[in-house]
Amino acid sequence: MLTAFSQMIGQFAPFEYLADLISYRIFGFDPATTFGEAFHFFVGDISKIFVLLTIIVFVIAVIRSYFPPEKVKNYLARRGITGNILAASLGIVTPFCSCSAVPMFIGFVESGVPLGVTFSFLISAPTVNEVALILLWGLFGWKIALLYIATGLVVATVGGVIIGRLNLERFVEDYVWKIKFNDGQIASPPFRERAAAAWVYTKDLLKGIWPYVVFGIGVAAGVHGWVPVGFVARIAGPNNPFAVVFAVLLGIPLYSNAAGTIPIVQVLLEKGLPLGTALAFMMSVTAISLPELVILRKVLKPRLLLVFVAVVSAAIIFLGYLFNIIL
Amino acid sequence: MDVKILGSGCANCHALEAAAKEAVAELGLDATVEMVTDYTRILGYGVMSTPGLVIDDKVIVSGRVPSKEEVKRFLAGAV
Repeated sequence: MLTAFSQMIGQFAPFEYLADLISYRIFGFDPATTFGEAFHFFVGDISKIFVLLTIIVFVIAVIRSYFPPEKVKNYLARRGITGNILAASLGIVTPFCSCSAVPMFIGFVESGVPLGVTFSFLISAPTVNEVALILLWGLFGWKIALLYIATGLVVATVGGVIIGRLNLERFVEDYVWKIKFNDGQIASPPFRERAAAAWVYTKDLLKGIWPYVVFGIGVAAGVHGWVPVGFVARIAGPNNPFAVVFAVLLGIPLYSNAAGTIPIVQVLLEKGLPLGTALAFMMSVTAISLPELVILRKVLKPRLLLVFVAVVSAAIIFLGYLFNIIL
Repeated sequence: MDVKILGSGCANCHALEAAAKEAVAELGLDATVEMVTDYTRILGYGVMSTPGLVIDDKVIVSGRVPSKEEVKRFLAGAV
């Protein structure tokens, strides 16, 4: 079904038509030339990705308004590994802004959500989301998009399970356990308000990510060769056995959302980086970042912070190598 | 009337604070707008996603920045 659906989107006639119209009729480029073809691809892909982004981000934003973290935590309290899987999956639809990481963390553990399950959520929320899915799908095809989402879910689940098994509760800052969470105070807004808020969210999101998307598609369309990534490709290229490790370590301090990493991933693949290395880099940039660690330091003692970074990077590195071997 | 903005001091929280202050001024209400950054108090309102808007100790919005017009409607509804 997915194949059929992706083919339908891939050959979606209106975008082809629009690209034909703009490239060949309005601008009068020759379809036989490399530039004419590249421009056609650029226009077709941009219109397709932006229409998809607008529709899907809006729909997800409405759906996610029914799953605020204040509610999600109640599904996750007092659970084992199913809790980790559930938390990782809910991380896809739950909004996450690193500025909310602290109240979210406190709310979770205070409501009886196990530490490991809380971490599954904290890993999944920034890493796996609909924007990454659509962009990867539009630029690299649905297989890579699903692979990324699946990988994110595995890293979040496994990372959370390992952290849970280590029994590190004592490395959570002491004041966290003393805070009292008062449940059930948030009114449920009517659908009209949810839809209006979702539309504002969609507009803001598109405003924030369009330059990255345009740049990413621009690279795909053939505007490459001038981006200075020789250094990265040299140290993380296919001939270096430590490539995945380097890519992940390089990505840890960097901070960007999934959209921001797409052009970089595009360029890296263009420069001959293997897919596993590129996806590992993308995941490391989104899952762990210096600003997020600074914020999490408010609730986690340094030891637990270190374990978090180590477990997540190890999981990403493992999957990066796995993909490089099997793909 | 008592308006509180819940948030750790991020850009979104300040945007909501500004919107709330403007809304109060434009409606000519006798209201205080207070920024709450203490996590104990934020969670005391049952809010995990910031920013949050609290009017007369009732949580109206959490996890998004409502527009000034929207805040005005909420304020008018609470009078």
